[in-house]
Amino acid sequence: MHIPVDGFMYPNEVELQWSVLIVLYPFLTGLVAGAFILASLERVFQVQAVKPTYRLALLTALAFLLVAPMPLQLHLGHPERSFEMYLTPHGSSAMAMFGFVYLWYLLAVLVLEIWLDYRRDIVILSQTTTGWRRAIYRVLTLGSNNISPHALHIDDRAGWLITVIGIPSAFLLHGYVGFIFGSVKANPWWSSPLMPVVFLFSAMVSGIAVVLLLYMLLTRLRGEPIDMRCVDTMARYLFYTFIIDFSLEMLDLVHRIYEADESFRSLDFMVHTRLYFSQIVLQILLGTLAPIILLGITQVIKLSDLVRKRIYATAGCLTLIGIFAMRWNVVIGGQLFSKSFLGYTTYKMGFVAREGLLTAIVLSILPFVFLWALVKILPPWPEKALLARSASPQ
Amino acid sequence: MKIFQDAGHLFRLAAVFLLGLILFLVIRSFLVPRSFGRYGHYRANAITETAALPVNYAGHQVCENCHGDVLEVKSKGVHKGVACESCHGPLAAHAEDPASVLPVKLDTAVLCARCHQENIAKPKTFPQVNAAEHSGGAACNTCHQPHSPAMDTEVKQ
Amino acid sequence: MTITRRQLLILLPAAAVAWDYILAGTPEASPNYNMAEHWWAMLVDITKCIGCGSCVRGCQQENHVPDGYYRTWVERYHIEDWQMEYPEVDSPDGGKNGFPPAKETGGKNFFVPKLCNHCADSPCTQVCPVGATFVSPDGVVLVDQKYCLGCRYCVQACPYGCRFINPQTETANKCTLCYHRITKGLTTACCEVCPTGARQLANLKDPKDPIHDFLRTHSVQVLKPQMATRSKCFYNGLDGAVR
Repeated sequence: MHIPVDGFMYPNEVELQWSVLIVLYPFLTGLVAGAFILASLERVFQVQAVKPTYRLALLTALAFLLVAPMPLQLHLGHPERSFEMYLTPHGSSAMAMFGFVYLWYLLAVLVLEIWLDYRRDIVILSQTTTGWRRAIYRVLTLGSNNISPHALHIDDRAGWLITVIGIPSAFLLHGYVGFIFGSVKANPWWSSPLMPVVFLFSAMVSGIAVVLLLYMLLTRLRGEPIDMRCVDTMARYLFYTFIIDFSLEMLDLVHRIYEADESFRSLDFMVHTRLYFSQIVLQILLGTLAPIILLGITQVIKLSDLVRKRIYATAGCLTLIGIFAMRWNVVIGGQLFSKSFLGYTTYKMGFVAREGLLTAIVLSILPFVFLWALVKILPPWPEKALLARSASPQ
Repeated sequence: MKIFQDAGHLFRLAAVFLLGLILFLVIRSFLVPRSFGRYGHYRANAITETAALPVNYAGHQVCENCHGDVLEVKSKGVHKGVACESCHGPLAAHAEDPASVLPVKLDTAVLCARCHQENIAKPKTFPQVNAAEHSGGAACNTCHQPHSPAMDTEVKQ
Repeated sequence: MTITRRQLLILLPAAAVAWDYILAGTPEASPNYNMAEHWWAMLVDITKCIGCGSCVRGCQQENHVPDGYYRTWVERYHIEDWQMEYPEVDSPDGGKNGFPPAKETGGKNFFVPKLCNHCADSPCTQVCPVGATFVSPDGVVLVDQKYCLGCRYCVQACPYGCRFINPQTETANKCTLCYHRITKGLTTACCEVCPTGARQLANLKDPKDPIHDFLRTHSVQVLKPQMATRSKCFYNGLDGAVR
């Protein structure tokens, strides 16, 4: 495969090491962290307005978290050796943290919190359903059918504690990804103390946007009215987080331009040529400024419910595109220029290949398939009949 | 105690976690390679495995054991510092079994040019020529004995 | 004698552990080599390099380096007058078959051989998530071909671009300083075939090694000193324009 090179690149640098799958991975974990932070707004910070999205946010986080290791496994030269990260994790490597942070977050935070919040529904469903569904619920009860008020109170307190632990855990889950890039001194596009913070805030932005979109979509599909107070609050948090995210990215940009160190000319040229569309057009203009302006309008001008919903949906979609573009610009952008600062290469992305575009598309759709399955097993909005049944003691 | 009264399900959960942890530790103790950690955070046997890789260049001392006559000629000329395999290629296999593994006949027009074709980036003191002007494309060993390239050395065909 | 199930449950794991211990004690491949007496380094003399590419070919043939990937390579530099910040650099196929005649007629021109710097403070070994790449006790940065996952983090972390992923083994690969040769008293393949002595292997722990004298009497540089990798590949005559 001939890869066109402009200028000079060290001979081993011409072929890109990290593909679109490595762009996808931080995007997915970002959605996980963001969705979880949104859920924690209600649980810990008592923002009652977003309560209708609490369970949906948790299930969304779980669906994306289950898919998250897949692009990594497909990227590895030897996926069958990936368990070595659990056997002999190298203490100085940020990547070695992945196995444990992931497992901790999956089991000790997310699964635990979902289980504790759903336990009452699980017990009821284990007694009212039949066949294989009953078997699933019975396993999930872990053999305990205690849903007395005191037990549920204990669950509530435990869930609160898990969420409190979960917030820094979510920061860690996505912050370490930012550190993986930010700590590479060899790469000036990546090396920055701001990197974990930028990753985290862009994660929160994307997470809030995805829950906002999913809530609006699923409520519509269920034929229920959209809780405007809920979406207004989510949009407000999205707006504030975006302001912080944008400020951080602009700070990085201004700092780079001002200091203009040895890498600047090369990086500047790269942004104006190879990365122009994904960085300037998609990430900054369409993906950040446009949603900020749209959301800003809703904050200052009183608009009708319908117009606000349209704006939120548009802003949400643009946000997701923008945050994906940001991941692309970091990962791919960081490999397009030579560490000699004298040349540029090209990313040849295959389509039907192990690390190709088709794989990335399938892996992007898969979390929604998982979410659909999770919503079926653990309905976020219990049916009214179920509520009535639980009112009478079993 | 009252706090533990309705927390049975939490204890069951803790038991599941504990079981998982124990299982992980047991499996881990079987799977971590034995030599891991001996010198540092890596498999010490990797050092011995790397050291055991096959050698393809014998090294000029090995050549000199059998080809003393060539060494005699070479040590008097300007190529005395050039290793045999620099021109003749990797010959550890030949050194192991001289009769059946024979060195490839070299094309001096290509071989010598790699070093001696003039290039602005080569050190000025290094002998370099424009091959076309210098010999009109004739093979270098027409006039030069490669082992001792000075013009007064007899050229063997 | 009959073994009960209970006895078997105790005996089998114990036997497995004992077997592992027996297998673990593999003897040194080179009985006369003592790691503690060596701290390997390389000396590259820019003033002597003629860009013939013998080192690149020699390395490829010694170590079966696949085409298109380079454990060592040679760069040619052209610098116009005082414009040190804008050198013109090329490395056709890593310099494997030498260099074509230069188009330039003036300026400053020279060759720079490059290889793994075997850094004492290696950033590539720092980032390996599992310990598949490491600095050996005698100062050589090696890759464990049986343990590497192929995550490519080390390739990203090397400031010098000397690592690659071998497409056949799907693991990280790079100059091993011909470890299989130097532990047998031979020199590296690149040093062996270099016709001008531009590359010299050195043992910093040997007081009689000529490198000590050389370092004392010459201005030597390392690549990208600002990276603070404690590179052990020393260059004589390295121009400031070299990237």
